[in-house]
Amino acid sequence: MSKSYLDLGETHCAIGHPKTAFWQWMLTVDHKRIGIMYAAVMFVFFFVAVFTALMMRIELFAPGAQFLDGDTFNQAFTLHGVLMIFLFIIPGIPAIFGNIVMPLMIGAKDVSFPRLNWATFWLYIFGCLVALTSLFNFNITEGEVLFNFADTGWTFYAPYSLNTGTNVVTTLVAAFILGMASILTGLNFLVTIHRLRAPGMGFFQMPLFVWGIYATAWIQLLATPVVGITLILAIMEKYFGIGIFDPSKGGDPVLFQHLFWIYSHPAVYLMILPAFGIMSEIIPVFSRREIFGYRTIALSSASIAGIGYLVWGHHLFTSGMSDLAKTIFSFLTFFVAIPTGIKFYDWIATMYKGKIILDSPMLWALGTIVTFAIGGLTGVTIAMVGSDIHLQDTYYSVAHFHYAILGGVVFLLFAGMHYWFPLVTGKFYKESTAKVAFYLNFVGINLLWFPMFIAGYLGMPRRYFDYLPEFEIYHQVSGVGAIVIISGLVLMFYNFLSSWKSGEAAPVNPWGATTLEWYTPTSPPPLENHSKVPYVDFGPYEYHHAEPKVKFDLATMKRID
Amino acid sequence: MSDHPYVPEIAVDREGNEYEVQGWQGDFFGGKFGFWLFMLTEIMMFGAMFMVLTYYFTLHHDDFINASASLNRTLGGFNTVVLLISALTMGLGLLKMRHGDVKGSKLMIWATILLALVFLGVKAVEWTAEYNHGIFLGLPALQGGLPESKPFGEIMFFGMYFTMTGLHGVHIIIGIGLMLWLLKRINAEKVTPEHYILHFNLALYWDLVHLIWVFVFPYYYMIGAGLSTGGH
Repeated sequence: MSKSYLDLGETHCAIGHPKTAFWQWMLTVDHKRIGIMYAAVMFVFFFVAVFTALMMRIELFAPGAQFLDGDTFNQAFTLHGVLMIFLFIIPGIPAIFGNIVMPLMIGAKDVSFPRLNWATFWLYIFGCLVALTSLFNFNITEGEVLFNFADTGWTFYAPYSLNTGTNVVTTLVAAFILGMASILTGLNFLVTIHRLRAPGMGFFQMPLFVWGIYATAWIQLLATPVVGITLILAIMEKYFGIGIFDPSKGGDPVLFQHLFWIYSHPAVYLMILPAFGIMSEIIPVFSRREIFGYRTIALSSASIAGIGYLVWGHHLFTSGMSDLAKTIFSFLTFFVAIPTGIKFYDWIATMYKGKIILDSPMLWALGTIVTFAIGGLTGVTIAMVGSDIHLQDTYYSVAHFHYAILGGVVFLLFAGMHYWFPLVTGKFYKESTAKVAFYLNFVGINLLWFPMFIAGYLGMPRRYFDYLPEFEIYHQVSGVGAIVIISGLVLMFYNFLSSWKSGEAAPVNPWGATTLEWYTPTSPPPLENHSKVPYVDFGPYEYHHAEPKVKFDLATMKRID
Repeated sequence: MSDHPYVPEIAVDREGNEYEVQGWQGDFFGGKFGFWLFMLTEIMMFGAMFMVLTYYFTLHHDDFINASASLNRTLGGFNTVVLLISALTMGLGLLKMRHGDVKGSKLMIWATILLALVFLGVKAVEWTAEYNHGIFLGLPALQGGLPESKPFGEIMFFGMYFTMTGLHGVHIIIGIGLMLWLLKRINAEKVTPEHYILHFNLALYWDLVHLIWVFVFPYYYMIGAGLSTGGH
C-alpha cells in the first residue's frame, strides 16, 4: 500500500525532522496539510460565531430584553462579525482550498514559498490569539468583574471606536495581523500560479478555480495594505490623539469610512471569487459537459476584481458625500452585476443538454444559484442611491449580505467540501445524510433571512436588541430558521467527521472529473502530489460522451487516450 | 526539507519532446517576483497615507505650510543625502556580489548599515529637539481643545509626520536587522555569487525605503521652505 500525505512521516517540515505526528503537523510545509489545519481552526471559530448569532436570535425572539442586555448584544454582534469576517470568511476558501487544491490543479508539487506558507499559517494563528485576548479582557474593580470586549461592530467606525472604553485596539491589531497573513497568502499564490504551472499549461488552460484564486490573490495583495494602514492610523489616534479621524481636532471621520471600505468592499469580492471558482469546477463535472464560455468566466473573475476596487463609496451614501460622487459610485456598482451575470448564464448554459447528476456537491451548487441570485439582485437594489437612503442600516441590508455571503460564499465552500472530501480524506461521506443536511440548510437560510427583507423594508433597523411589536412575526420566523440551519450545519459536520473516521474508502477520481487535482497515484494523494508532472496540451474541461477525454496512466502520468 | 541537491523534473509531451519543470526550489525569478509583489503592498500602504496627507493638506493648507516651516531642513536634507548614499553602497554591494567579490560586498553592506545608523541618529536628534519644543505625540500642544493646543491643521500635520517618519524609521530598523542576517548568511556561504536572491531582494527593499523617504522629505520638510526663508 503506497503512502498518502496523511501518513506518519509523509511530510517536509520547516524546521528539522520531527518524529512525532504532532510536530510533523505543527511544522509541516505541505500545502495539503496546511490547508486542513486552516480548515480545522476556521470551523472552530465559525461555530463560535454561529453560537453568538444564535444567542442574538434567541434574544430577538420576543420584543423587550430577555436574557441579553443592550451592551452584551452589541458585543455579541461585534464578536460575530469579527470572527466571521476576519477569522473565517476572508481567509476562508483561499486558505483552505487555495492551499489544498490549487497546486494540485496546476500540476505543482507545492506552493512557491512553502516555508512562507507555514509561517503565514502561524501568523494567522497569532492573529486569532490576539483577537481572542481582546475578548477575554476582564477588568476587576472592587470585586466586580467587567467583561470588556469591543462593541463597535466589525467596521470599527470612527469616532465611536476611538472614544469607546472597550477594548477595540486589540481587535484592530488582530485585524492587522490577519491582514498581513492574508497578504502573504495572496503573494504566495500569485507567484505559484505564475511560476509553477505544469509545462504547456497557459493561463487559459488553468482550471477556473485557479482563475478565481488568482483574481483573489491580487485583491488580497493590493487592498489589504490600505486597511492595515487605516487600522494603524486608528491606533495612533487612540493612543496619541493625532486627530486624523477626530472632528474635534479638524479630522474627518468619514475619511475612516472611505479608507475602511477601500479595502473591505473589494474584500467581499475576495470572498466570492474563489467561491465562484468552486462553482465552475462542480457544474461541468456533474453535468458531464465542457463548461460553457470558459474565457468569459475567467475574464469576468478578473473584471469583478478590477471593478470591485472602484465601488466602495456605495457604503457611504448616507455618510456625507457629494451627489456627483454618489451617482458615480452607484453607476459603477451596477457594473459589477454584469460579469457576475455572465458567470451565472455560463453555468446555466453548461447544464443545458448536460447529463445532470444530483449528488450533494451539485445540490449545493444549484442551491447557491438560487440563494446567491437573491443576495446579488437585492444588492443591486441597494446600489441605487434612492432606495439605499431608505434601506441603509436596516434588516434589508443584513439579509442581502447574508444571502450573498452565507448563501453564496459559505454554501459554495460547503459545496467544495463535499466535492473535494474524497480527494482530501480518501473517504466517502454518507450521501443520504449529506442531502438531508443540504435541504435543512437550504430551507433554514430562506426561513432565517427572507423575513428580514420584509422587516427591513418596513423599517426594522439592524443592530438593535429590541424592536416594536409589529416586527415580532418576522423575528420569530427568523428564529425558527436559525434552529433549522444550525441543525443542518451540525448534521453536515457530523457526517464529515464520522465519515473521515470510518467512511467507505474512495478511489482516485470518484466523480470522473477532468482537472489535474484528481489524477494522483493514490487516494488521498501522496506527499509531492502527482507521480510525474504531466505535459498539459489540453483544456481543463474536455469531455467526450460524458467521459473525460484525456486519460492518464496515474503511475507515470503518460497520456493513454 | 530535503537536503539533497535539487534536480528539476522533466515532463514529456506526446511527441516525446522534453520540458524542464519549474520547481519551487531555486526559482530566482519567482523569488524576485514575490518580492516585487511585496513591495507593491508597501506602496499601497504608504500610498494610502500620502492620500490622507493630501486630503488634509487641501483642508488645512496654511496650517500645513506653517507647521512644515518649523521643521529642521538642514538635518532632514542631510538625512536625505545619507540615505541616497546608502542606496548607492547597497547597490554597489550587490554588484560586487554578482561579480564574485564577496569581501568587497560585505564591506559595502557594513557601510550601508553604518549610514542607516547615522540616519537613525540624526532622526533621534531631530525628534528630541521637537520634543523639547513641546511637539511630540501625546504632548498637550498636539491635543485639541487645550490653551496650548496648536491649530487644527498643525496638529494633523505633526500627527502624520510622526506616524509616517516613525513607520519609515521602523523600516530602516528592520532593514538593519535584515542586513545583519544577510551578513550571517554570506559568512555561512548560503548567499554566494551564484545564489544571491536574498541579497538582491534586500537591495530592492532598501531602494524602496529610500524611495519612500524621497517622497516624505519634500512633502513634510519642503512645502514650508518658502515661509521660513522669507519667500524666494
